[in-house]
Formats: sequence, C-alpha cells, structure tokens
Amino acid sequence: MEVYVKIIYRDKEWELHGRRRQVRDVIKKVGLVPHAVLAVRDGKLLTEDVMLEDGDEIKLVAVISGG
Amino acid sequence: MKCRKCGRPAVFNMRQHKLALCEVHYPEWFVAQTLRFIEKYRMFGPDERVLVAVSGGKDSLALWDVLLQLGYQADGLYINLGIDDYSAASCEKVEQFAAQRPEAQFTIVDIKAEYGETLPQVARRVRRGRGKPCSVCGLIKRHVMNRITRDGGYDALATGHNLDDEVAVLFGNVLHWQTGYIARQAPVLPASSAGLARKVKPFCRFYERETAAYALITDIDYIYAECPYAVGATSLRHKGLLNQMEEESPGTKLHFYLGFLRARKAGFFREQVTEVELHPCTNCGQPTSAPGLCAFCRLWG
Repeated sequence: MEVYVKIIYRDKEWELHGRRRQVRDVIKKVGLVPHAVLAVRDGKLLTEDVMLEDGDEIKLVAVISGG
Repeated sequence: MKCRKCGRPAVFNMRQHKLALCEVHYPEWFVAQTLRFIEKYRMFGPDERVLVAVSGGKDSLALWDVLLQLGYQADGLYINLGIDDYSAASCEKVEQFAAQRPEAQFTIVDIKAEYGETLPQVARRVRRGRGKPCSVCGLIKRHVMNRITRDGGYDALATGHNLDDEVAVLFGNVLHWQTGYIARQAPVLPASSAGLARKVKPFCRFYERETAAYALITDIDYIYAECPYAVGATSLRHKGLLNQMEEESPGTKLHFYLGFLRARKAGFFREQVTEVELHPCTNCGQPTSAPGLCAFCRLWG
C-alpha cells in the first residue's frame, strides 16, 4: 500500500510517497543522522522503530546546540 | 518498542544503554540518574545552595527543573548579553519557566545596563572579539557567573553541559593535544582559595538527545533557535562527526568520555596540571593570572 508522509525539520519540509517506513528510515531518507534528531508526531516522541501511517506529519527536532 | 519498566509503548530509546522507556518512566529515570551523578562526583550536598546558569536552552532549563524537583536550593542566573532578538527570546523562556514554578528564584544580569555595551558592541571594539564574539562572550559569562556565585553566597555554580558538550571539547583538545586543557576537564572543578567558585556539571553523562527528550516529554518550553554566532562553530562540527560515529557504533561517545574520566582518575594527566598563581584584580577583586586588571575589566577600558 502506498502511503504519504510529511516531514518537517527546521524550515524545511519533505513529502514522501511510497511504501510504509519506520521513523529511522524516514530520517535517513531525508539525509539526516537518526541519532542527531528526535521524531515527534502530534506532540509525542516516537522511537525509531515506529512504523509511520498514511498522512502522518512528523516533526524532527535537532538535538545539537551550543557553539 | 516497549518500556523496560512497565511494558507500555516506549517513547524514547537509548541504544548505548539498551534501554527504552515510556513517557512516565523516562523522566523518572532521568531525575534519578541526575541525583546519582551529583552524589557520585560529590558535586554538592542537600543543604548547599546552588546557582544554576540558565540560558533559556533545553539543557540549563532541564537542569534547573530537575534540581528543583530533587529539592535542592537552586536559584537561576540569566545573563542578558544583548544579542538582538536571540537574547530577548531566550530571556522570555527563562521568565516563563520561573513563572510556572513558585520556588524558582532567579537573577538577571543585563550586560548593557551594568557595563554600558552589549556583547556585540564590546566584541566589535576589542581585539579579542575580532571575527567572532564567542571568546568575549565566554569571558563575560565566566566573570559574571563567578561574581554572582560568590556575592550570593552560593556553594556551587551548576551549568547544563551535557556529555556531547564534554566530548566535543575533549575531542577538540585531543586533536590539538592541548594537554593542559585536557587535565582541567572534569565533572567538578573545586573552588580555589583565590576566589574561583566550585563549578559542577550534573548532566555531564547525559547525551544531548537525552536532555532534549526530557525537555520535550516534560513540556519545558526552551529556545530552539541557535545563537546566531554559533553558526559554523568548530564544536558543532565536532558534534556532528561524533554523532555519525555514534550512529554506527552506539556508545562511542559515552565510552570515550568514561574512559577519559578513568584515565584522569588514574593520573594520566597529573603532570599537565600546572598551578597558576592568581592575584585579585585591582578593580573587581576577582582572581586573575596577571597582576593588575583582569581580562574582563580590561574589556571595558
């Protein structure tokens, strides 16, 4: 089944179509390092093995800060 | 993935510990671990007063939150450096945080109000600030934090440095074999008779993603934007590299840091510790290595 997932990271957005994927795969798909971001859906944190559903909107929160 | 403690769905997984926890048990674990680190490294006792340096970011606000939950006498210190919108937004986060917690007392030191210039203004004027103001910023913060800790009669100054901060610094110092700096890096820097306050880092063993997860799960509203001057900073590049290594081999950063602490305890860097004689600054009285004015007082002419 083909699903649609929207990914938001800082001021960037990606719209992914295709097979169902885990959080971890989606983070890699948009070119980020899974260890360096946290995935949030509807205000709740997700572990990297969660399988995303059609229509999910995932916000990726960068964890690195400081200079 | 299930919570190790209760079997409900986990919200956060720590690959280096092989530990996944739910939104109830993760904050509990995080607070208990903080207490464990405070006691293990003898940072401060239950009757001591602690000043927490807060920036409005996730680490320092999470630290303040946890110390208050643990029942410590922990007051906040916010230094307003006058970095345009960034300082205004970060100060607002600190004020909001404190407004939600009646026990959270804090002091704001406004650099422009006290010394006549903002950080960007003084950095443009002095040689030390050429290129980037980060060196001047560090100098100002160290001075003010030490002054308020001493003047307020606090026993220790706590900062929100996490394991990623510590490992990035260690990595940079190893790359350049800055053995003197390596020797001085520790979870606790004891107070000196010359007037330097005790400095402690209760989060030094938490990954940065762990403090971020704690802030998100417990609804701590922190400033997400990066300091405009931090863009391109070497330590951020090092953090990125270390995270790539961690991704491929979970636990890399933790083992690097814990191995360093063991080596330090075993005396690997003992010979590198050189005692610098400190004198009181002729203007402010704070300790400085050279006779006369300290570097902070020299900033303001």
